[in-house]
Amino acid sequence: MPPKVPYKSQKSQGGQIGPAVKPVQSRTAKSISKKRDEDASTEVGEGADEWTPSKTLLKPPDQLELTEAELKEEVTRILTANNPHAPQNIVRYSFRERAYKPISYVDQLAIHFSLDGNLLLRDSDEGRRQSARVCLEPELAPVESTVIEVEEAEVKEEGSKEDIPAVSTEEAAEGEEPPPPLLKEQKLTNQFNFCERASQTLNNPVRERECQMEPPPRATFSATANQWEIYDAYVVELQKLEKSKEKEKQKPQVSKKEDKQRGRKLTSLESQSDDVSKVTKAAKIVERMVNQNTFDDIAQDFKYFEDPADEYRDQEGTLLPLWKFQYDKAKRLAVTAICWNPKYKDLFAVGHGSYDFMKQSRGMLLLYTMKNPTFPEYIFSSESGIMCLDIHNDHPYLLVVGFYDGNVAIYNLKKSHSQPGYKSSAKSGKHTDPVWQVKWQKDDLDNNLNFFSISSDGRIVSWTLVKNELVHSDVIKLSVEGTTMEGPEGLQLQTIGCGTSFDFHKKIDYLFLVGTEEGKIYKCSKSYSSQFLDIFDAHHMAVDAVSWNPYHMKVFISCSSDWTVKIWDHTIKTPMFVFDLNSAVGDVAWAPYSSTIFAAVTTDGKAHVFDLSINKYEAICNQPVVAKKKNKITHIQFNPIYPIIIIGDDRGHVTCLKLSPNLRKMPKEKKGQEIQKGPEVEIAKLDKLLNLVREPANKPAK
Amino acid sequence: MADTGEGKKEEADYKRLHSFPLIRHTDMPEEMRVEAMELCVTACEKYATNNESAAKMIKETMDKKFGSSWHVVIGEGFGFEITHEVKNLLYMFFGGSLAVCVWKCS
Repeated sequence: MPPKVPYKSQKSQGGQIGPAVKPVQSRTAKSISKKRDEDASTEVGEGADEWTPSKTLLKPPDQLELTEAELKEEVTRILTANNPHAPQNIVRYSFRERAYKPISYVDQLAIHFSLDGNLLLRDSDEGRRQSARVCLEPELAPVESTVIEVEEAEVKEEGSKEDIPAVSTEEAAEGEEPPPPLLKEQKLTNQFNFCERASQTLNNPVRERECQMEPPPRATFSATANQWEIYDAYVVELQKLEKSKEKEKQKPQVSKKEDKQRGRKLTSLESQSDDVSKVTKAAKIVERMVNQNTFDDIAQDFKYFEDPADEYRDQEGTLLPLWKFQYDKAKRLAVTAICWNPKYKDLFAVGHGSYDFMKQSRGMLLLYTMKNPTFPEYIFSSESGIMCLDIHNDHPYLLVVGFYDGNVAIYNLKKSHSQPGYKSSAKSGKHTDPVWQVKWQKDDLDNNLNFFSISSDGRIVSWTLVKNELVHSDVIKLSVEGTTMEGPEGLQLQTIGCGTSFDFHKKIDYLFLVGTEEGKIYKCSKSYSSQFLDIFDAHHMAVDAVSWNPYHMKVFISCSSDWTVKIWDHTIKTPMFVFDLNSAVGDVAWAPYSSTIFAAVTTDGKAHVFDLSINKYEAICNQPVVAKKKNKITHIQFNPIYPIIIIGDDRGHVTCLKLSPNLRKMPKEKKGQEIQKGPEVEIAKLDKLLNLVREPANKPAK
Repeated sequence: MADTGEGKKEEADYKRLHSFPLIRHTDMPEEMRVEAMELCVTACEKYATNNESAAKMIKETMDKKFGSSWHVVIGEGFGFEITHEVKNLLYMFFGGSLAVCVWKCS
């Protein structure tokens, strides 16, 4: 920087050393405007930011002192376009001429500082537009605005400088072109490293909030205090005290005793409640021991008694009553289902509900064991009556239950809840009528538990337990369409569709039978939901039970309220055997040990046991098994191992009976020879019988 | 003579028997009541002859413990009707002849 040039003129000359075109232009415009409104800008500048301390210039000590005249003197300087630092003698190798050649072109451009300004030329289009925009304001306004803009630009410039501490002289010089106020210098500071900045933090805005709370409640009180009132009060109080003292004197002896007693009671109670959980097992064992003692003779009978009278009777046998199971809370509830546990042969489940349409109330699910006939092992009560139940073969702790209100539920004996683990609801497709039978199925392909249910709403539903949720799908609807297929008869059967019982074939997975309230039996397949494989006009009244023979794959039995029990070959439309029992038949069951033996119970309180191989026409045992004649027997089940049956009646009692030897005998002659071939013998035995019936039946048909 | 002797005896009895604090009316909660009662007893015993000082002591202590503003009246005979904040009133007799009424109302 040439020292002789005074400050003002220096401004107009801008970047001297290099011909920096850009800054020069903007600067000239700036300086023009500044010179013009020098006075105004000082004031405005000060006014605009009073808080910024004015800039002061530092004069180099060797600066020439010039007089006023000298200062005003115009100094002419010629600017050349040559960069003094640019090398003049660059030599490059030219491949074309294969020699080093000096290069004539020299880059003269040197940029020392560049800044894109936010200023507008007043004469430019943009400037005019802007001034036109503000022309509504007083004439001075545009001037002011330009000045402010200038200052803002300078502030920015300095900000950028601060970042780079090593500032070249040129840049510093440019930074020194501040607004005129600098002329009024007050303080000398180092221009190169001194910088003052100010900022204003945000003032927190002030808000007003008011609230009014309710004044605390008050009350008034008045009284008079004088000597006689005080005296009276004391006298009354003393009398009270005396009375209470007298009472206390009388009490203590009594109360002490009471306290002692209470203490004893409390301790005993506490100890009980504390230890109950620990003692449960021991208590259970003791309870069973006591029961074993009490019912010792019955237990002996169960194990060893074989009725010697059977020897002298020809074919007939008897039923020996053993234990009787009952529970107070289930006294008025009919036994609606019984089922042996497949794993624990002494355990069976009893469902309580009501068959009476008019007297529906709660239901109860009880599990008894023969080891403790006095009290049920498990007790579950439900809001709706239980109509049917089944225990899972592989998971003997899972019980599925069908309710009168159409719901199905799964109880888990492992869990101590009194509520079912899973239950269907109106949302999840429950039946709209009582569920008459439920049956566990083998786990499906995904190993989900699943079971079937049948209800008088005509649906047979397959329930699958998927991720703790019961998912239902209708297998068959015993709908009107299915029946109209029958043709002319269909007219009468418009209303049918009430399933009451079903049974799945032991071997053929898809095959199952459905008994209906109208007395029809449908042979269905799981794979055809709209069609029946076969229809049997089985009974005149509701079919109460259907059941496949455990040995013979073709044979099934059905019973009905029309007093009959019928045995069928599922390939033939007419029954093989028909037995009339003179009363509505509630249930029928095949014996697990023989293909030809079955038992039926009738509502007149009798149990009938048949052995076809001994008597094809009459029961070999026909015995009333309930105390009062009014009691109706509702269900019967054979124990899968022991020669006993359990019978449930509509008073909530379950009776256990032992079959006498005649009722379960294998012909003695055969015992030595063929006993090992059990199943085949059984099949052959029944086949033989069927052939006897079949041939005469088929011959007339031909 | 006998009468006077008996009278003296009665008076002594009376003073002895009637010296305990007797709460006539209060709606304070249990803790506060016990504390206020004990305070009144202490104050009345301390300033047996100066009801004003006793009242001042009770008032100031109550102000500190349960917040202002408490009012106390102590005397052998007076009638009053006051408005008090609910659960902040104690009216008791003490020493056979003093009535103390303490209440809060701000």
